[in-house]
Amino acid sequence: MTDAPPAGNSPTTNDQYVRFVNVKKSYDQRNLVVKDFNLDIKKGEFVTLLGPSGSGKTTCLMMLAGFEDVTSGSILINGEPVTNIAPYHRNIGMVFQHYALFPHMTIAENLAYPLKVRKISASEIKRRVNESLALVELGSFAKRYPGQLSGGQKQRVALARSLIFEPSIVLMDEPLGALDKNLREQMQFEIKRLHEDLGFTAIYVTHDQTEALTMSDRVAVFNDGIVEQCAAPEILYEKPANSFVANFIGENNRIPGTVTRIENGIAQVQLADGTIATTGNTNCPPEGSPCTLTIRPENLFIASTISSNDALDNRSLENSIEASFTTRLYVGDSIRYFFKLSSGSELMVKTLNDHRAPVLQRGAMTRLTWSTAGGLALDRSE
Amino acid sequence: MHGLRLTAWAVLAFLMVPILVIIPLSFNAEPYFTFTEGMLSLDADAYSLEWYAEIFNNEKWLLAIKNSFFIGLCATIIATALGTFAAIGLSNPVMPFQRVIMAMLLSPMIVPLIITAAGMYFFYTQLGLSGTYLGVILAHAALGTPFVIITVNAALSGFDHSLMRASLGLGAPPIYTFFNVIMPLIRPGVISGALFAFVTSFDEVVVILFLAGPEQRTIPRQMFSGLREQINPTILAVAVLLVVISGLMLLTIEYIRARGERIRSGEI
Repeated sequence: MTDAPPAGNSPTTNDQYVRFVNVKKSYDQRNLVVKDFNLDIKKGEFVTLLGPSGSGKTTCLMMLAGFEDVTSGSILINGEPVTNIAPYHRNIGMVFQHYALFPHMTIAENLAYPLKVRKISASEIKRRVNESLALVELGSFAKRYPGQLSGGQKQRVALARSLIFEPSIVLMDEPLGALDKNLREQMQFEIKRLHEDLGFTAIYVTHDQTEALTMSDRVAVFNDGIVEQCAAPEILYEKPANSFVANFIGENNRIPGTVTRIENGIAQVQLADGTIATTGNTNCPPEGSPCTLTIRPENLFIASTISSNDALDNRSLENSIEASFTTRLYVGDSIRYFFKLSSGSELMVKTLNDHRAPVLQRGAMTRLTWSTAGGLALDRSE
Repeated sequence: MHGLRLTAWAVLAFLMVPILVIIPLSFNAEPYFTFTEGMLSLDADAYSLEWYAEIFNNEKWLLAIKNSFFIGLCATIIATALGTFAAIGLSNPVMPFQRVIMAMLLSPMIVPLIITAAGMYFFYTQLGLSGTYLGVILAHAALGTPFVIITVNAALSGFDHSLMRASLGLGAPPIYTFFNVIMPLIRPGVISGALFAFVTSFDEVVVILFLAGPEQRTIPRQMFSGLREQINPTILAVAVLLVVISGLMLLTIEYIRARGERIRSGEI
């Protein structure tokens, strides 16, 4: 957790619209599923809880919705603790992975349900249902049953139903998990559009890192009940707090080493084969500690492909290491080259599929280079 | 292939003939339990409706019919309510000791009826319930509940529990959720369970023998004493009426089941 909020009841602002304060959760009174979760969410923000399955992210969402009790700690909405409020009084919209549409009601009846519960007049319900159907472009489906709709259409109805009673907070629990890839991208776009148009506060749970990066204002990376880092997508990708985040978000090359010196914002790392490399010192462990040198595949280059008049020369590639080529993967727009270091670490280089993409012999010794800014020295736990 | 078909018909005959044979016999013009020569030669005079008329002229039979329906309906209402709530509770994934509780709730189906009846007799007598309508109704409700648990449990096995959470999240309190989301979806299971519970009570004679006084005589109980006291085809006429009622219920259950399946697959 990078920036834990101060505990206690400080005056609320729009920056602390939803607050999790020291929240812990255990199902069996022995093991904590969520260990000390702290998070402040701004009004209107789109925050994603990202993590592998079983990391506690869905549990946090269910505690906010009121479907799970909080073992200790508190959850506040707009400054009010909600831990003792029943879920049906919390006024929070929720979208489930498997849609959870009522199969015995038509689409219009599904949308009218939360309004009927709130005893809104029939004419007003009719007006809002039509408005809502138009919003998700399903106007002609009002009289159909959920069983007659496709997955994407069902999820659009579920989304519309979670918004129709104008909740200020909408929770989404892996809402696109059951859809195929094309539909998923289309729905990401749709959710983003609704969020921007309507301005609700969105808390989104997913294990898909691309989804998290493209949709969110901020992403909280969960691992084993704790938040490893909570930050904007570009910070997570470019300045990960630790090696778990660096590996979970995007692809990464990892070489074990030791921090030998930190000076003027630059860290010096000695690798297993004796090579000295320099990196930025963001989140770098102290001098003398073991570390993991991480380099994104797109920041690593094959030295022989860089000619003197190449644009890349404007960036100085200070570091280099000797590696033997093992194999390459043709992806289409890019090509991935795999190398092995003498110390046994495997490296991957991602190159655009253009005239620079080299042809290499298996086992050929090659120099790989990268810039100081292209790598990071992060923690190594062994 | 031929042999297999023959066997199938033989099995069907084995099951059905004892039931079907009473139908023509109940129209016997003579007060016997056997086919007369006139009946075998299809002489119209050998048949009559007098035993059916007898049912409705005999106070004992009328009381028995009234009792059967009254006790059956009351027991069904209790069994359906108890069984439905038990099944919903047992379907909750966080419920501890699910299997043990389920086995205990279903035990009245497995334990020989005579043992249950004897136990009830001693227990209900202590409470002053033997020989009362309340006692018989409670006993029959206890026998019918397991059927409701089984059918509702089956209906709930395909039930998506996130629907309950969805309903609560949309602002509906638990009772509203029960009547508007859970109940419509498990209704086929509840109705077929209720029919089974009703038939159980309607057919039951052992518990009645132990617990019921002359006031609470039901149709089966009346048939039982009829067999000993006054052997005449009125019993057969009653039996035919029971067969017809049971058959109608079977058809109803099948219709409800098929309809429930259609709703679940979303093609109403």
